Amino acid sequence: MKSAFVTVGTTSFDDLILCVSARENLQIFRSLGYNRLVLQIGRGKVVPEPFSTESFTLDVYRYKESLKEDLQQADLVISHAGAGSCLETLEKGKPLVVVVNEKLMNNHQLELAKQLYKEGYLFYCTCSTLPGLLQSMDLPTLKCYPPGQPEKFSAFLDKVVGLQK
Amino acid sequence: MMLSKDSKHDCIKLPLPQDVLFDSKLKKRNTLLIKGGHTTEILRLVGSLSGAYSPRHYVIADSDEMSANKINSFEFTRADRDSSPEYIKYYIHRIPRSREVQQPWLSTVFTTLRSMWLSFPLVQRIKPDLVLCNGPGTCIPICVSALLLGILGIKKVIIVYVESICRVETLSLSGKILLHLSDYFIVQWPALKEKYPKSVYLGRIV
Repeated sequence: MKSAFVTVGTTSFDDLILCVSARENLQIFRSLGYNRLVLQIGRGKVVPEPFSTESFTLDVYRYKESLKEDLQQADLVISHAGAGSCLETLEKGKPLVVVVNEKLMNNHQLELAKQLYKEGYLFYCTCSTLPGLLQSMDLPTLKCYPPGQPEKFSAFLDKVVGLQK
Repeated sequence: MMLSKDSKHDCIKLPLPQDVLFDSKLKKRNTLLIKGGHTTEILRLVGSLSGAYSPRHYVIADSDEMSANKINSFEFTRADRDSSPEYIKYYIHRIPRSREVQQPWLSTVFTTLRSMWLSFPLVQRIKPDLVLCNGPGTCIPICVSALLLGILGIKKVIIVYVESICRVETLSLSGKILLHLSDYFIVQWPALKEKYPKSVYLGRIV
């Protein structure tokens, strides 16, 4: 079973949910060999009707205590550009497509997506270019993402508060 | 979870995360006030800190259920893993967001003032040693409240702002404001360190 996981974190991203659940785009997933699509819709107002046929399942939910399981089971993750979603996905070594929400203030999310794309860790697009990207992208070309180093932060903070000289 | 024996009643008490046994041998206790719009990021940072950073007070937007769950998960896991005899104490406080996504600017003035009105008594009551924040909007009232504590001579609070890993070349609005109000302003990409020499660059820390 090949599955794709769409996540918007704690935000609402109706355009993305509408896009991925549109009939012609469900067809694209199907043609790429996916037989399961899971939508985590957060605060969104658009709630697609879940369904399950012999060949394809669409699951929809707002939140879970942890997305670990869905990320683990996914063969592809399509995410809003939230730092949390991106980092969790990249650290699990899952192929990631980041969809930028053009309606957000100043659209700063592009910076991270662009930088990580430049460094070869993910693909990025907008809702309108997502269907095209899904069909043209080459997932094995993505690089493995090295984890950050929070111990550098704790060492710094220990010095600041005087726990360390 | 650690168990404690209640000698009076001869039974085992299972502590809830909010119960605390103070270890009187602890020399340094740092009350930590945490405000993270980017919850996963801030929890990574808190996760790297030693148990000396206790108690931890998390401030989240009242509409944010996902963050509360993440915080509880994080703290439970940590309490299980921690081999030290001290119980780890944390609290979650909620204040309204200063600004919802796409909220018009005029109403933002009022909602920010409302957040300020609620933030100051909270910060005044907690009197943290350290404020750690990384997020949009709601951290401004918290940091301003912390600054006020210092100005009013009540307590000097160290304010540490960590700009989100999302910010590669430009600062967030909160970042631009807190660059001047914080004691330490941490950035995670070299382009920002170049633009803002006052900032601290430690590499990618989340």
